[in-house]
Amino acid sequence: MNLAEIIEKLGLTVLTEEKDFSSIIPTGGYTSDLLSCVMAGATHGCIWVTLQAHSNIIAVAALDEVSAVIITEGAMPDAGTIARANQEGVILLSTAEPSFPVIGKLWELGVKA
Amino acid sequence: MVLPSVRKSIIVDDNAAEDISRVEELSYELKIAEVMTRDVLFISPEMSMREVIELFRKGHISGAPVVQDDMLVGIISMEDLIRCLINSDQDSKAANYMTPNVITVNARDPIVEAVKLFVNVKVGRLVVLNDEKKVQGIITKGDITRGLLNALQTDYKQEEIRRYRASHLFEDIESDRTSLILRYNIKARDFTHGGAASSNIKRALVRLGASPQLARRVGIAVYEAEINLIIHTNNGGYLRVEIEPHRISLETTDDGPGIPDVTQALKPGYSTATEEIRELGFGAGMGLTNMSRCVDTLVLESEPGKGTHLKMRIFLNKEESVGEGWSASADKEL
Repeated sequence: MNLAEIIEKLGLTVLTEEKDFSSIIPTGGYTSDLLSCVMAGATHGCIWVTLQAHSNIIAVAALDEVSAVIITEGAMPDAGTIARANQEGVILLSTAEPSFPVIGKLWELGVKA
Repeated sequence: MVLPSVRKSIIVDDNAAEDISRVEELSYELKIAEVMTRDVLFISPEMSMREVIELFRKGHISGAPVVQDDMLVGIISMEDLIRCLINSDQDSKAANYMTPNVITVNARDPIVEAVKLFVNVKVGRLVVLNDEKKVQGIITKGDITRGLLNALQTDYKQEEIRRYRASHLFEDIESDRTSLILRYNIKARDFTHGGAASSNIKRALVRLGASPQLARRVGIAVYEAEINLIIHTNNGGYLRVEIEPHRISLETTDDGPGIPDVTQALKPGYSTATEEIRELGFGAGMGLTNMSRCVDTLVLESEPGKGTHLKMRIFLNKEESVGEGWSASADKEL
C-alpha cells in the first residue's frame, strides 16, 4: 500500500509540498502523542499517527525518518511548522477523524505495526 | 529521456563502452521488481465486462491482468474494452474479451529486458511473474522512467555526499589526536528551535561519513538531551559533541535547578514535567531511557541548586568509524 493510496482512501489533506506519494511505501505504523515514546518506538519508514501539531513533531519525524505524519482530530500546525516540515522533507497529512479510526483503517489497508 | 533501447547494436566495443550512459548502466543494474507497480488490480475471468469498465474507471487504469487461482490467464487492455463496447456486450464475461497470450517478464530480470520487449511489441504493460509463475505486479514505460529517475536522483545525492564529505578532515590534519568539537547554546523554553541542534549534528555526522544508523542513534540521544535543557533548566545550557574517529562524546551542562534524586530520574516513566509541558507531548519520562539505549556509557551528575552535567559516549569499531584515521590505541587519553 503506497502513500498516494493511503491519502486517497483515508481522505487525508496534504499539508506539505506535493511529492510522488505513490513511490513511498510505509513500512509499518506507530502511534503516540508522547514524543519520547515516538523517538523510541517509531521505526524508519513507518507512518506516525498523532494529534500533536506543534513544531516539535517535525524534529522527531525527521530524526526517526518516518515516511509521513498523520495529524488527527483536525489539529492544524502553524505555517512555521509546515515550512519547517518542507525544509526537512517531512510529509504532514491531516484528518478531522480521531487517531483510533485512522489506525483501524490503516490496519485494514495492510499497514501493520 | 533517451532509453537504452534506442541503441541498436548489442555488441559494444571499447570506444562505445566509454559512451555508455549511466541510464544504460542502470537499466542493467535495476531489477524489474524494484520499479514495477506492486499493488495491481486483478480481474477474474468470471467478472462481467461492465465490472471491468467500472474497475478501470475507479482505479484510473487502462489495463489489468486476468487471474484465476493465482495464475495468469490473460490480460484486458483498453483495446479489448473498446471491442466489447462496439459489440454492446458489457454483460459478457471478462474471459470472452481478454487477450490470452500475455507478454510477461520475470521480476528478477533487469529492466533492460522489459525495455527490449517494449521496443519490439506494441503493448502498454507487461505482467511481472516470479519463478513460480505467480503475478507480482505490472510494469509500464512510466514505471521504468520513474525508476530510472529515482535511481539517478539517488546517484546524485550520493555524489553530493561524496563531494561535500568532510571525512578526510581527520586524515589531512596531523596531530597525535584530532577531534572535531561542535557546541550549541540551548535556550530554556525555546521549543521553536527544539531539535535544531540534533538535526544539525546528525547532518554533520553523515557528512563525516557516519552510517545512517549511527547518525540516527546520536540524533536521538542528542535530541532528548536538547529537549531536557529546554524543558528543565533555569537558564538553558550548552551541548557539546566531540567527534573522533573512534568515539563520539556527547555532553550537556547547565546551571540549575539540578536533579534531587538522580537514581529516580533514570527510572523509565519518571517525570517531573508540568501539565503544560505534557500537553506539548513531552514529559513521558523516557528521555534518559532513550538516551541510554542509544549510547554505550551514560553518566549523570547533578546537584540541586548547582546544575546538571550529562556525559554520554558511543564507541566506534573500525567498521563504523567516523572520518578516516581510526586507531585502536586512540582510547588512551592524551
